[in-house]
This record gives sequence, C-alpha cells and structure tokens, in this order.
Amino acid sequence: MDNGLSMKRKAYGIVLKTLLYTCAVITVILLVSLIGYIFYRGIGNVTWKFLTTERSALKKTIGIFPNILFTLYTIFTSLIIALPVGIGAAVYLNEYATNRKLVKVLEFATETLTGIPSIIFGLVGYLIFAQKLHMGSSILAGSLTLVVMILPTIVRTTQEALKTVPYSYREGAVGLGATKWYMIRTIILPCSIDGIVGGAILAVGRIVGESAALLFTAGMGYKLVTGYLDALHTSGGTLSVMLYFYVSECGEYDVGFAIAAILMILVLIINFSAKFAKRKLRK
Amino acid sequence: MKVKKTIERIMNGLFFLCGMVAVISVIAITLYMIICGVPAIKEIGIKDFLFGKVWKSTAKEPLYGILPFILTSIYGTIGAVIIGVPIGLFTAIFLAKIANKKVAGVVRPAVELLSGIPSVVYGLIGMVVLVPAIMKVFNLKNGTCLLAAIIVLAIMILPSIVTVSETAILAVPKEYEEASLALGATKIETIFKVTIPAAKSGIATGIVLGIGRAIGEAMAVMMVAGNVPNMPKMFSSVTFLTTVISKEMSYATGFQRDALYSIGLVLFVFIMIINVVLNVFLKGREE
Repeated sequence: MDNGLSMKRKAYGIVLKTLLYTCAVITVILLVSLIGYIFYRGIGNVTWKFLTTERSALKKTIGIFPNILFTLYTIFTSLIIALPVGIGAAVYLNEYATNRKLVKVLEFATETLTGIPSIIFGLVGYLIFAQKLHMGSSILAGSLTLVVMILPTIVRTTQEALKTVPYSYREGAVGLGATKWYMIRTIILPCSIDGIVGGAILAVGRIVGESAALLFTAGMGYKLVTGYLDALHTSGGTLSVMLYFYVSECGEYDVGFAIAAILMILVLIINFSAKFAKRKLRK
Repeated sequence: MKVKKTIERIMNGLFFLCGMVAVISVIAITLYMIICGVPAIKEIGIKDFLFGKVWKSTAKEPLYGILPFILTSIYGTIGAVIIGVPIGLFTAIFLAKIANKKVAGVVRPAVELLSGIPSVVYGLIGMVVLVPAIMKVFNLKNGTCLLAAIIVLAIMILPSIVTVSETAILAVPKEYEEASLALGATKIETIFKVTIPAAKSGIATGIVLGIGRAIGEAMAVMMVAGNVPNMPKMFSSVTFLTTVISKEMSYATGFQRDALYSIGLVLFVFIMIINVVLNVFLKGREE
C-alpha cells in the first residue's frame, strides 16, 4: 500500500507510528509498574495483626483497624445522604423540569461542582461544618463535605441511566392513568437501577481515594471507636488520609505501602464492579 | 384524587429541592470563599498579596506575598501539560485508530485504572521512587523539587486527556477520513492532517480538564515538592497554591489562617476561570 510514496512521506509515517506505539506502551508500563511496585513493597506488610489492631504507642505497633472502620463509616454516611439527593436531582432534571433556563442553571451548578478541587471542598467544609455548625473535625463533618463532592457523579450517572429508559414506557404508564410519581417509583427507577448502582460504586471510589477534602474536616484520628453514632462525632482518618499521615508525619514508609496496597486492591475491585454495572446497563 | 394530587405536588417540590442542593452548594462555596478570603487581602493590600515575593507567615513580622505560589502553580501546570498532553493525545490516537480490539482492551482499562489511583498513592511513589531518582540523576542534595511535582502531575492528568481526546477523535465523521484516503493520503497522514484538526476542540476540552486537575491537586504535590516558599525553579523545593493551604492549615492561627483563606480564594478564582473556558469549549462543540 505504501508503494510509490516519496521517502519523506514514508519517514513521516514511520516516525509518527513509532511515536504512537511508544506513547501507548509508556501508559501501560506506567500503570503496570506502579501497581507492581505498590504490591511488591506493600503486600508483605499487610498482616492479620495490622488489619485488626489499633495503633499502640506503648507496644510501638501500628494497626489500621480503626481506620478501616472510619473509612466504612464515611462511605456509609456520605452515600446515605448523597444517593437520595443525587437521584432526586437527576429525576428532577430528567422527568420534572420544564423550564429550560432552570435546567441550564442546575446543570451548570453540577458541572461547576465537578471542577472544584478537593482542597477547596476541604477548606469550605471545615469553615461551614466543623466551625460554623460546631461539628469539629469529625466523621460527620467529613462525610457532609464529601456529599457535596460526590453529588455530581451520582447526578450524572443517574441521568444517563434515566435516559436509557425508553420513552414508550413513560407514555404507557401515563396512558394507563398512573401519576408521575407512581410512574417514577414503579417503572423509571427500577429500570435504571444498574446505572444508579454504577454511580454509587464510582462515588465509593472517590471517597476511598479522597484525602485533601478530609484532612481538616475529618482529621487524622486513629483511636478505636466502636459505636457508629459515637464515631460520627469523633475525628477519624480514612485509609487515604492515614497513608499521608504515616508517610509524611511519621516517616513510616512500610505502613504507607501496606495501606497503598490495600487501597489499590479496593480500587481494582471498585473499577471492575463499576464496569460490570455498566455492561449490565447496556444490555 | 385530591390525595394523589397533593402527593404529586409534594414529590415535585422534593425533587426540585434535591436539584437545588447543587446550586446552593455552589453559591455557599463561592460566598464563603469571598467572605473569608477578602478581609486578609484587604489588610495586606492586593498588590503586596498577589505580587509580594516573600511568604513568611510565622515570622515575627510576617510577610504575606503569594507570587511564588501562583507562579509555581502556573509553571507546574504548564510543565505537566507539556509532558502529559503529547503522551495522552498519542495514546488516545493509538486507542481510537491504530489498536485492534484486543490491544485496546488492555490499554483502555489501564488508562481508567490510572485515574482511579488515589493521589496519596501517587505521592507515596513519587516520594520513594521519583525523588531519590531525580536526586541521583541531577546530582542534587535534595530531590524534592518542581520537576518531581511536574512529573507526578503529568501522570495524574493523563487519564482525562486520553479519555476526552479519544471520544473527540471517534466523533469525527468517517467521510472526512474516507475522502482523505481516497485522495491518496496514507492512514497516518489522514490521522494527523484530517482527523486531529477536526477533533481539535474536543482535544482542547481534554487539555483544559487536565489543567483544572493539575492546578487543584494538593496531596500528591505536597508529598514531592518540598514545600518551601521559593520562587519556582526546576530543581528547588517549591510550594503550590494548594499545598500551602493543606500544609499550614493544621497549625495556622489568627491572621495567618485568614491569609490561607485568601489563597483559597485565589485558587478558586483560577478554577472558575478554567471552568468558564471549559464551558465555552463545550458550547463551541455543541454548535
């Protein structure tokens, strides 16, 4: 096919093709070596004791059990608020809103939230929740901050899911005399559940990886608090925040890599389940 | 019937409220940034604040000049774009036009995974691998520097550039390429002279998204940049707009804290400008 091309054009093609392959290879190698290195350095330090004890200054041992709990609490609290609000917003945008200008404003606000960096969320979250509303550095203040942060993700994925529900379903329901709310409750939402689950999984991923927004709002507590309601009002570091804490403030690199390995396992699981949900949605 | 109508109205109102949460949040964030950020700027003087070259927040006679942070953030972002955009764009072209299904099935998930890695993990790897490597290669006393931050940021913005560019490239109508091929251009010539120019606004969107990510990133950068308020130099420890906030908030009190809010405001303004640019690009694409 290349026959009859001038040397210059041939060289042009070869050079660019090589560059294309190189860049793709760079991307893949980056990922493989990143993950490989984290597991190589970290997985050996993930012991049963490390996972099930708390940090003890007396015995000079480090355990992350409280932080695993704090991470779960944060995920739970954020989702239980953000999911209804986010789904509600998406339903409003897709099913109720008739004023186009209002839709534009709402969508613009959601997009703006996506672009705001987490450190700003942390700063404002600290000012409003921790100080103004007197929550202090606590799981509750951190979770509320995260609610605003993950809201756009949930709104967007839910909207996408709602759009895949065929219009004829709606016409059919309304034609049979169903009210709008009845139709949404019994037809639209159940049909788009896969997409909503996918959005929730993505949101969990963001929460697990988040650190800058939680630094001042939830703090870096590592004392075990067993009751969920008690934990809401105490400072607690999630795994990502503790990674930073142990590495930057204590110089404990092995602990850092162990947490990094756990985070990577979580990221892999989250990634695959999000993909699974998406594939199911397409069918 | 009346009950049904009431429920209907209540649900409409509830959904509307849910929709308004995002609007209220944006307004609250903007207001809080302005209310808390403006007083310190007024006190210091906007000129001394934005263009002062010395930041000594804990000294007896404190100086609050944030020019080093602003320039570091800008240089860092430009550096990340210079490294990240070519690699990202070429990977996107590879995915969209060159790779067969099997290869794309490996590369695409890899890119998605890169975007899922928490920024502290990037920071950790940067600290343990990149910083010592830079120290050795360039024979420095200390490897924490702007270059380390640029490399970490470049890797972090890769996924957004690849994903958005690939979508843009795939959206170019097939006829354009077919016409070019029919006129005797090779596949590579077609990609670079027809497809890419046609997809340029989409690619620009990806770049702007990457810029937004780079300028807002705090933790990874904080772990590799050294956090000394120097004017930006490739091989000296530097502080970004984001990192000065995350670093000093934990111990700042009184006026120093107000000054940090002001830095937050400056960062917020930067982000808003980027958002507006992004919106213009997106609108341009729709039309």
